[in-house]
Amino acid sequence: MTAIEVEGLAAAYDGAPVLTEVSFEAAPGQSVCVLGPNGGGKTTLFRVLLGELEPVAGRLEVSGRPAYVAQTERTRLDFPVTALDVAVMGTLTHGRWWLPASRSDRAAARAALDRVGLADQAGIRFGELSGGQRQRALLARALVQDAQVLLLDEPLSGVDPASATLISGVFQELRAEGRTLLVASHDVESARTFDLVLCLNGRQVAFGRPDAVLDRATLEATYGHELIVLEGGRGAVTVQHHEHGHED
Amino acid sequence: MEVLDFLLDPLRSGIDRRALLELAMAGSLCGALGFWIVTERLAYSAESLSHGLLPGLVLAALAGAPLLLGAAGGALAAAALIAFASRDARIGPDAGTAVAVTGLVALGALLALAPDSPQRLEELLFGDPLGVTDGDLLAAGLLLVLGGAALAALHRPLGAVAFDPGGAAAEGVRPAAVRAALLVLLAAAVAVTVQGLGALLVLAVLIAPPVAVRDYARTPARAMLAGAAVAVAASVVGMEVSFHAHSAAGASVALALCAAAALGAGLRPLRGAARRGARPRSPRRAQAAQGR
Repeated sequence: MTAIEVEGLAAAYDGAPVLTEVSFEAAPGQSVCVLGPNGGGKTTLFRVLLGELEPVAGRLEVSGRPAYVAQTERTRLDFPVTALDVAVMGTLTHGRWWLPASRSDRAAARAALDRVGLADQAGIRFGELSGGQRQRALLARALVQDAQVLLLDEPLSGVDPASATLISGVFQELRAEGRTLLVASHDVESARTFDLVLCLNGRQVAFGRPDAVLDRATLEATYGHELIVLEGGRGAVTVQHHEHGHED
Repeated sequence: MEVLDFLLDPLRSGIDRRALLELAMAGSLCGALGFWIVTERLAYSAESLSHGLLPGLVLAALAGAPLLLGAAGGALAAAALIAFASRDARIGPDAGTAVAVTGLVALGALLALAPDSPQRLEELLFGDPLGVTDGDLLAAGLLLVLGGAALAALHRPLGAVAFDPGGAAAEGVRPAAVRAALLVLLAAAVAVTVQGLGALLVLAVLIAPPVAVRDYARTPARAMLAGAAVAVAASVVGMEVSFHAHSAAGASVALALCAAAALGAGLRPLRGAARRGARPRSPRRAQAAQGR
């Protein structure tokens, strides 16, 4: 039984292919780290899995509608909403978008905020929360959707250690519940803690267990000159070039 | 009592009562809608649409047709031309839109200044709230009821798209469809409100209220209600000024709206300073103060 099954997938913008030859699968309860440089195709893969972008080749099967956790940089900090309002947005997947959020919707949102440790900050404006708290509010928005598959775009990037620990704990709980996580990341070292690793650089470079995939040759093929291998080959870091508003 | 009489004087005139009713109904919808127009950074689109519909207004006046019909047709034609002109990558969307809108305003002026033109150009440009008809009042009432219902129904999708379009799309909301619905509401609001405030001044009632209340409202719903209240209050002030100073009604209301926006923006730094003053001292500063 698989939660995500992708075979020979290719995606393009305006006819120009940006991602090709992607084939992988993940079972319920598994976590997949999606590694790749900026422009490597991580966000494009997520857009295809979310149904926002039609693949130009291949096939995919996803168990239900995935929930998506965007990078906090893609949200409007000046928009007047509280952490609770953000979590309530997740109930839009329940339908009835033309009606105000019901009492049960708000209760589900409060429970999700409680789960990510933000129960006491429910009434605080999203823009006034710390970076880690914002990321947790966005995670609560995804939890409300009760999805079998969660796609998370760099959820631990720029997050304080306390929030990172809390978010990682929620990830463990979700896996124990049988939910599948796809996490886009630049962090090669944290990728070793996932069940599976998918390396992308315009095409699929590698897919498999971390100990089989995370070798120097694969990482160099994935990151090219953005990769720095630490002394003795014991570790590697990537050089990130953040380009806001640029499709990954 | 004298002050009250002075303030109630305009309402004793049936013409002014009707004008105020028209402005209050259309203005309250525009004031609320304006929050989303400003949030989605569509102010320039609103300006382009309101100015670009002038030829439609003039043609309706020349043909003796309802101005609402001309405004609606003009808005559609302007939207199509602006969309076409802004697609030229060689000159960029801003320049393309500017050329299209300027051309439409010039075309409207050319038509309106023809010798057999029955309606003065200034009324179409600057509005004439004192000349509202029963049909105009009906249109404003329908705009308030139907537009208000549409805003209420779209409230959650609009919020999700404004906050994070990517996340909203993942929840099944189609950002492009939501923005298209917003533009349809904008076109309807402009077509109706242009009767009272004219092609040049209608923008004031859409943009000034949300600018005035920006940063004071803690939720989109409160911002919309506050924007509607500002639009109605500015309409009352503008009509009072117009009645007592014998100034043009449309321009007086537009100026009152802009004054509200300036006041709201001007008070913002004072509010920030008050907040900073009320903030508890840091332990280090408190220690320093005790040591003095």
